[in-house]
Amino acid sequence: MASVSMTINGKQVSGEVEGRTLLVEFLREHQRLTGTHVGCDTTQCGACTIHMNGEAVKSCTMLAVQADSAEVSTIEGLANGDELHPMQEAFREHHGLQCGFCTPGMIMSATALAKRNPSPSEADVRHWLEGNLCRCTGYHNIVKAVMAGARAMNA
Amino acid sequence: MYEFNYQKAGSVADAAAKVAGADDGTLMAGGMTLIPTLKQRLAMPSDVVDIGQLADLQGISVAGGKVSIGSMTTHDTVANSADVKGAIPALTVLASGIGDPMVRNRGTMGGSVANNDPAADYPGAVLGLGATVVTDKREIAGDDFFTGMFETALDEGEIITRIDFPVPTKAAYTKFPNPASRYAIVGVFVAQTADGVRVAVTGAGGTAFRATEMEAALNANFSPSALDGISVSADGLNKDIHASAEYRAHLIGVMAKRAVAACG
Amino acid sequence: MPRDDGIGASVRRKEDFRFVTGQGSYTDDLNRQGQTYAAFVRSPHAHATLNSVNTSAAAAMDGVVAIFTGQDLLDAEVNGLPCGWQVHSKDGEPMVEPAHPALAQGKVRYVGDAVAVVIAETLGQARAAAEAVEVDYGVLPAVGNMTAAKSGKAQLFEEAPNNQCYDWELGDEAEIDAAMAKAAHVVELPLVNNRLIANPIEPRVAIGDYDTATGEHTLFTTSQNPHVIRLLMGAFVLGLPEHKLRVVAPDVGGGFGTKIFHYAEEAIVTWAAAKVRRPIKWTSDRSEAFMTDAHGRDHETVAKLGLDADGEFLALKVQTDANMGAYLSTFAPAVPTYLYATLLAGQYTTPLVYANVRAWFTNTVPVDAYRGAGRPEATYVIERIVEEAARQIGMDPADLRAKNFISPDAFPYQTPVALEYDSGNYAGTLEMAKQAINYDGFAARQAASKAAGKLRGIGFSAYIEACGIAPSAVVGSLGARAGLYEVANVRVHPTGSVTMHTGTHSHGQGHETTFAQVIAERLGVPIENVDVVHGDTNNIPFGMGTYGSRSLAVGGSALAKALDKVEAKAKKIAAHLMEASDTDVEFKDGQFTIAGTDKSVAFGDVALTAYVPHNFPHDELEPGLEEQAFYDPANFTFPAGCHIAEVEIDPETGTVTLANFVAADDFGNIVNPMIVEGQVHGGIAQGVGQALLEGCVYDEDGQLVTGSYMDYAMPRADNLPNFTVDTQVTPCPHNPLGVKGCGEAGAIAAPAAVMNAVTGALRAAGVTKPIDMPATPSKVWAALHAS
Repeated sequence: MASVSMTINGKQVSGEVEGRTLLVEFLREHQRLTGTHVGCDTTQCGACTIHMNGEAVKSCTMLAVQADSAEVSTIEGLANGDELHPMQEAFREHHGLQCGFCTPGMIMSATALAKRNPSPSEADVRHWLEGNLCRCTGYHNIVKAVMAGARAMNA
Repeated sequence: MYEFNYQKAGSVADAAAKVAGADDGTLMAGGMTLIPTLKQRLAMPSDVVDIGQLADLQGISVAGGKVSIGSMTTHDTVANSADVKGAIPALTVLASGIGDPMVRNRGTMGGSVANNDPAADYPGAVLGLGATVVTDKREIAGDDFFTGMFETALDEGEIITRIDFPVPTKAAYTKFPNPASRYAIVGVFVAQTADGVRVAVTGAGGTAFRATEMEAALNANFSPSALDGISVSADGLNKDIHASAEYRAHLIGVMAKRAVAACG
Repeated sequence: MPRDDGIGASVRRKEDFRFVTGQGSYTDDLNRQGQTYAAFVRSPHAHATLNSVNTSAAAAMDGVVAIFTGQDLLDAEVNGLPCGWQVHSKDGEPMVEPAHPALAQGKVRYVGDAVAVVIAETLGQARAAAEAVEVDYGVLPAVGNMTAAKSGKAQLFEEAPNNQCYDWELGDEAEIDAAMAKAAHVVELPLVNNRLIANPIEPRVAIGDYDTATGEHTLFTTSQNPHVIRLLMGAFVLGLPEHKLRVVAPDVGGGFGTKIFHYAEEAIVTWAAAKVRRPIKWTSDRSEAFMTDAHGRDHETVAKLGLDADGEFLALKVQTDANMGAYLSTFAPAVPTYLYATLLAGQYTTPLVYANVRAWFTNTVPVDAYRGAGRPEATYVIERIVEEAARQIGMDPADLRAKNFISPDAFPYQTPVALEYDSGNYAGTLEMAKQAINYDGFAARQAASKAAGKLRGIGFSAYIEACGIAPSAVVGSLGARAGLYEVANVRVHPTGSVTMHTGTHSHGQGHETTFAQVIAERLGVPIENVDVVHGDTNNIPFGMGTYGSRSLAVGGSALAKALDKVEAKAKKIAAHLMEASDTDVEFKDGQFTIAGTDKSVAFGDVALTAYVPHNFPHDELEPGLEEQAFYDPANFTFPAGCHIAEVEIDPETGTVTLANFVAADDFGNIVNPMIVEGQVHGGIAQGVGQALLEGCVYDEDGQLVTGSYMDYAMPRADNLPNFTVDTQVTPCPHNPLGVKGCGEAGAIAAPAAVMNAVTGALRAAGVTKPIDMPATPSKVWAALHAS
């Protein structure tokens, strides 16, 4: 067992984990932050996307110990109480979600794009979302939401 | 995943020592291949020695006609490096086409090269630019590095520290991705260098290889049309549900021409 | 002025706040006190005898709580998984219906067939012990596809000597052959409807729990129909009465059909939780999902269309082989028969249709309904062969379709394949789609593509589907072992807010919003004051769940009926308060009034009166305001429309790019256009996925080749364009909301549209032999290369 400590959504946390404990397991099972989802085991679906030190990463393909001392943010950290983050609001406004399972990963991926590219084109968004699978929406409304959310974040 | 002992290396020497001291130690770079392999219980190392965060192995420098990239530099860093883009734009194109944004934030050049997946992109660049793979023990010429499918010239526990890419006159990389995995079904790296044209093919065979007939034709006339009539043999090329060997052989020609065209 | 939260408004979804903030509650998010974890021992072989299963070493490992095998289930008299639909062969014999044990008994029949379950304190311990279970397999030859199954290379079941499950027909073969012989043109087309894996992004999860104090069993599961699971598992597998069995399907991360069925893991965790007296959680990983979730489609068909000299359709003859997999999943036998052949008239007046469907057992995971279930396969057959006919006889494909459409004044229209279409206007949606894609401009676009070295094609798909399954009496006569009505309960609270309970289940469809809009519209209460509850058999009277685009057509109709009852009772209360006759009471915008007077009483006051009945017609009414309705539909509903795809092909690589896709659909009345559009988008993406990317491959020996996203190509954002989606409204005449259903249209229509475009583009390049789905670059290149 190893000790890890990290900041998650602005809060300092620590815990004892095995070397093999995945970061997503630490988030979901140890911290009970179940908004981060697991949809595959080959690092393709992106449902587990979070930010570590400001960059989007797939938390299913990192060990918890690799996030030691890191700043982690998850979907639970985006909204300010009842006030949604602009990207969350854009997903709701543009019907960018149906079953909601891929949504946390989509939103975390999208906010990372918006930080790099304040006004992404449709093609930019479609290319960026290569690592996030959605089976419900056909991506049409997700793309609209990400474009609108990025603009709103950078307004 | 099976249980293993996670060890964070403090330095390259420490990493080498930790791997040497383990029953069955393995190095971990970005973990983008290793962790999925472990999750599917396809590997059972006693120790995982993490070198991904080593500061010595990060960074990019351009000097003396070469681009030196620390082995643990992420794909994203390469993809967005103005220095790399200024010297070898084909490398930024290649790096920006690996995996997806999240994978590029963790995956490293050294990890990719050391793993030598037959469908990986970087082996194409190492071979196509005639790069030098620098390890904690020696320097290995790109032409000598890739020895077979998932096989390299690296010794047990040997650690790639950086790769030096000579700056070519022109270069381009074009990739035909697998529709499912998005790895290369065929990727062709074409470079016009001081020592002549190099054409490296990844994805098509057991390991990346040079297309020497194409190189000769392009040395004579560096234009897409120079490749007309040159066919690559399908013998020995990979075949799977996504592409036959014949299709791969055909794609090598198409991708090579497009790469030459992209060189401008 | 229409309400901004009523019928017809694109109300933003009530469920979204919890989803976008990560507060959804999916099954894997739940943990029970004292929970253990299950891991399954699964066969690596497609076909083998189980010579022995030795669990002793595994049982001694750290953390192992219990291990159960097929023998343990036999000993405990746990039954196999039931099949919900019986089909009869054309000779009158019932289908071969072999036992489907929850854990293999005697034999394993597909890669992934469960042999044993290990229950341990942690998931890691369960997986480690599962690997330590020693299974002695006697490997047998296997049949990985229908060709192999027919060859007799291996036999799965003693009772199915040819591996055939049934040989079914609809129509009169002699009559059709006679008609075909007189046809001026006969077009024949072999077609493969590729096997698909549904791949909801949430893998399946099941948690079993047992309350020793009450004797109540609880199953939390990723299901589209918790009551159906309770019925199948309780009555058929475990022998548990409904009042001691609760099934909860909380937030579910997509279904697409594959979460309809009752799976072995559900029964095992429920049964074993009572044995070990601990909750048991099983979470599928994606690899396990690939080899255990029921797959979809997998048809091989030869279709023949006879036309007269003017292009009028005379007869359609269809011979289909359908893969059932290794066992019969819940609704599997119905999919290639009653959900398929009955749709083969399409939008056309074809007077004679004959279908012969043979179903086969193979050493592959069971095949069952996947988004559209039978109807996409039917549309694919019709719309591919109609397009092919147009090409062969040199007619414009839109004109050939229009010539043969059932006209708008011909409804109700009795087809030759049993169904009676309720309403439609097929020329309307064809024209709408042609306009949307600028059909007249195609030639110029094709020329521009050609100038750039590319091939361009356009393809139509004028589809029809039967939704709103179904009149119970009809499906019962066809072999369904369940009724297919729906249930709604409307509970008006004392202060006028409303909780509605529905037997349908939302796993992305937005019922919490759509149903609330209907209530807001009807009762005049703001939508914020309406909650829709689904997914828990302890809360909801009954229900048959969500599939087949039935929720609004059947569940919404039940809701409308319940609201009628609420309104009727409320009117009586209002009449009492206003000292008038209830026949004089009008109800509009939440106000009860008496025409010609200034008397009025608000809905909220009526609700309060119902629960604080100081001044109340006690002799006439009971207090309270809560009503329930069961609705059994009079007919199916028949959404229809026209989708058009335009593709561009790079002949050097064979890459097909979907350049444009338009959809013109008729779903009857629409409650929430935003949600409907979203449903269409998602369906189109799955249909395009089938046409261009997805294909489940087993090798001849039954090994699953496409066992992960590394080999199974899922549509990603950059594979797809934006879609143009529009609707025409021809209301359904036989349900109270006039709605038809929209969930499957895209998946039904898109494959034929895309493949017609692809084959059209290839034909222009001289490739006349049609290719099958998925039109991958390698396949397209090979076709071009061969020509």
